[in-house]
Amino acid sequence: MKEMIGTGIEELHARLNKEAEESGYHLNPDANHAKDLVRGLLVNEKRYGYRACPCRLATGDEAEDLDIVGPCDYRDQDVEEYGACYCGLYVSESVIESEKSVAPIPERRKPPEERKRREQIPATISPLPLPVWRCRVCGYLCARDGPPGVCPICKAKKERFERFI
Amino acid sequence: MTMMYIEGEDKGKIVLYALSTCVWCKKTKKLLTELSVDFHYVYVDLLEEGEIEKVLDEMKHHNPVCSFPTLVIDDKTCIVGYNEGMREALGK
Repeated sequence: MKEMIGTGIEELHARLNKEAEESGYHLNPDANHAKDLVRGLLVNEKRYGYRACPCRLATGDEAEDLDIVGPCDYRDQDVEEYGACYCGLYVSESVIESEKSVAPIPERRKPPEERKRREQIPATISPLPLPVWRCRVCGYLCARDGPPGVCPICKAKKERFERFI
Repeated sequence: MTMMYIEGEDKGKIVLYALSTCVWCKKTKKLLTELSVDFHYVYVDLLEEGEIEKVLDEMKHHNPVCSFPTLVIDDKTCIVGYNEGMREALGK
């Protein structure tokens, strides 16, 4: 398992970096830090079946952990407020420019008791001709019958969308 | 539950709750090792399901959010996250 993950680290790091740069995000320029996290993402993918945040305890139930599947729902707010996300994989433009190293930040995710399982979107009567879907990861909005398969901005999967209007 | 043990200078009962994949946990463990203090640690993500619940219940007393790393000194002082403040807490 270690070897398989070993070969995948560079590849996934390069892919995440490309995707991040294409959509206005940045990976931590400290490559050791970033690759350590990429290794964690691969370990989690292997054991849980999804890339849960390496710095949070996953349950093994993807529906339960959807908010912490990288990139997590908290990334944008944390990068905005602290210059880096919780694990430090993504950083802000100013961190890149200042060449500052990232520091740990407080956990924004609520404890389990306060976290409710994602509820099914209720069928509401809307005056709009189409429902509006919101990407929980980056906030992208689109009006169409259903959410797109992949967010065109941040590449989050369909499951990360919520009905917004 | 089996805790791993790192031998060093006795600075009280030091327990580190960590995740095997977490970089901040890794840095914390490294700092404790560099400070050469005696400590126990556990990778909660590597435990059996039933054990995880038990450890989280234990952690909750100190850090209700149960985030990692959580460092508990003498069952009373709790340091959440990788924090240089732990040097001071350990009198280093």
